[in-house]
Amino acid sequence: MTEQKRTVAIHVPVLARVEGEGALDLRIDDGDITQLRLRIFEPPRFFEKFLEGRHYTDIPDMVARICGICPVAYQVTAAQALEKLFGIELSPWARDMRRVFYCGEWIQSHSLHIHLLAAPDFFGCGNAIELARLAPEEVRRGLRLQALGNELMDLFGARSVHPVGVRVGGFHGAPSADRIDAVRQKLRAALPEAEALIRWAAAIPLPPDDQTFVSVGMRHPDRYAIETGDIAASDGLLIGADAFDVHFAEQHEPHSTALFSSYHGQPYLVGPLARLNLNRDRLPGSVNTLLAEIGFALPSRNIFQSLLARAVEILLALQEALRLLDGYQVPDSPWVPVTPRAGVATGCTEAPRGLLWHRYEMDDDGRVVNARIVPPTSQNQGRIEEDLRLSLLAFGLDHPDDTLRLHCEKVIRNYDPCISCATHFLNLNVERT
Amino acid sequence: MNATVEKRSKPRVAVHKFSSCDGCQLAFLNLGEDLLTLAERVDLVHFAEAGPLDPDAEVDISFVEGSVSTPEDLERIHHIRAHSRLVIAIGACATSGGIQGLRNGVFDEQWVTQIYSHPEAIASLESSTPISSHVKVDFELWGCPINSQQMLAAVNALLLGVAPRDNADKVCTECKRSGTPCVMVTRGIACMGPVTRAGCGALCPGLGRDCYGCYGPAENANTAALAAQFSRQGLARLAVAQRFELINSQAPAFLAAADKLRTGGHD
Repeated sequence: MTEQKRTVAIHVPVLARVEGEGALDLRIDDGDITQLRLRIFEPPRFFEKFLEGRHYTDIPDMVARICGICPVAYQVTAAQALEKLFGIELSPWARDMRRVFYCGEWIQSHSLHIHLLAAPDFFGCGNAIELARLAPEEVRRGLRLQALGNELMDLFGARSVHPVGVRVGGFHGAPSADRIDAVRQKLRAALPEAEALIRWAAAIPLPPDDQTFVSVGMRHPDRYAIETGDIAASDGLLIGADAFDVHFAEQHEPHSTALFSSYHGQPYLVGPLARLNLNRDRLPGSVNTLLAEIGFALPSRNIFQSLLARAVEILLALQEALRLLDGYQVPDSPWVPVTPRAGVATGCTEAPRGLLWHRYEMDDDGRVVNARIVPPTSQNQGRIEEDLRLSLLAFGLDHPDDTLRLHCEKVIRNYDPCISCATHFLNLNVERT
Repeated sequence: MNATVEKRSKPRVAVHKFSSCDGCQLAFLNLGEDLLTLAERVDLVHFAEAGPLDPDAEVDISFVEGSVSTPEDLERIHHIRAHSRLVIAIGACATSGGIQGLRNGVFDEQWVTQIYSHPEAIASLESSTPISSHVKVDFELWGCPINSQQMLAAVNALLLGVAPRDNADKVCTECKRSGTPCVMVTRGIACMGPVTRAGCGALCPGLGRDCYGCYGPAENANTAALAAQFSRQGLARLAVAQRFELINSQAPAFLAAADKLRTGGHD
């Protein structure tokens, strides 16, 4: 094929099973990749602009609307940033329940991604409904876990999509002890299911892959970082949220409506695999034992292990939720009073897809002067392009276009890109000369 | 048009997405095992996030999430209308323009240049508009987000050959039915329930907080009386206007209420 001096241009609607609209331009000249661009054309929604002038009490409800799949990440990050600026100390109850609430979102989002979006690739299926014919028990188990994640979010937010429970200073309400008891039973019953999911995921044959990249994620002194911690990189960086701008930069490339992030000028990885790479020593002993048993060696340089990493984090999140709900008591008040003050608020948490960073400049009345939000998918964008190039070269370019396209889709889905805001298409343009 | 689906082979269903957060599609993807059942009862021919891709297919029902916000969206919604027997708009973005409708009337080219260094590459309309601004919509499901029960009720009604029921009553009725104490009367909270469409189950008052209007305006919403009540409760004029300018700011009743406040029409 490479010897043929011809140009092949294909326009194929490709990447279903991602959250958002993207296209991939691939041009191959004489057996070399001469152009490879992941184009994102999510219509801009200008959130940062219309947050200006809004009162801090509106922010958690507004930023939730950035993403239907990870609204908790946006709400908790915004609340955390503002609480820091306003000098608010959450009650121990609210601090713990924020983590439980967030665990619910990890369980929901990871289960959805594994079973409905990513796994069909590895079984030659076009979608989860086909996969359910091949592996009915496994898909049903995944849907049950997803439902349990939604139920945890529902406890504190009354619904799992755009929950309404978070307020700056804590939560609007507290679930009753009876409801918590019922959920704890389900969480306990789900532990063996999550373990079985991990074993199932570990048995999926993966393409070989070995790439060098920097992992970026949060670190907490004694826990697996989810809703709180500092920002760490696998080269040893450890900074607070307020220093993000010193080390990370965003730039706009004309082919994308999502900004590209770089760390000291280089692409980097955020998300479940990056988190595990940075936080193996923060995993509970039982999880580490299981990882040793299934042969999941960390740090991992194979991005195809992202699906397994999500499965591991589901188990971790179930265990954490159970631990924190042990001895649950309804608090006297689920929130503490808040007095706004002017200044700059920064905050970060680990959204299901990776590091999420917010910055708000606030005035004396508690209104937004300006806002900046850096979501995980824009941070992964540069890494996805780099990965695609290396992965395609390792895979070999002399495959039929359809095979190349499928390989590209598989690579992209490892990152669970949330390009939320448009039709979900990846149009692959392959040009060969 | 007969607003039902003929009882013949499985109805062909598409789920399309415009400018949105993907949250209303979760009304399908969060169904759990019912999703597998639904897939047996209807033929999901296009639903990109779930896998099936055939945006040009002739279908019985197109569910449309998201608002029209780019030049390309304009073309696409007409194409979808032409290939669908029924178009059902789902969620605040598709029924009112959504939260991104907050840019309408205040959009400034500088917004693009402040965020993007290559503004020429950004194609965005000045307004974010609902589906019904561009094509005939057979049925609307309001809410940010819609929930699975709303979606299933609509699908089941159409499968049975009847028009889906439209509930445009107020959130207050849901509080009364569930025995939730009124947060405005008992705690002086500026609640949007009296003018907001039912359907969520009064989730916010259930948590002891204000409804913030995410299901859009109810029928016969008395926004003037509510705005006056908010003023009596001590909210400044701007704060009252912003109560109407959130998730469904472009819904006519909320837009008119906010405009009146900003131009000094209310006391």
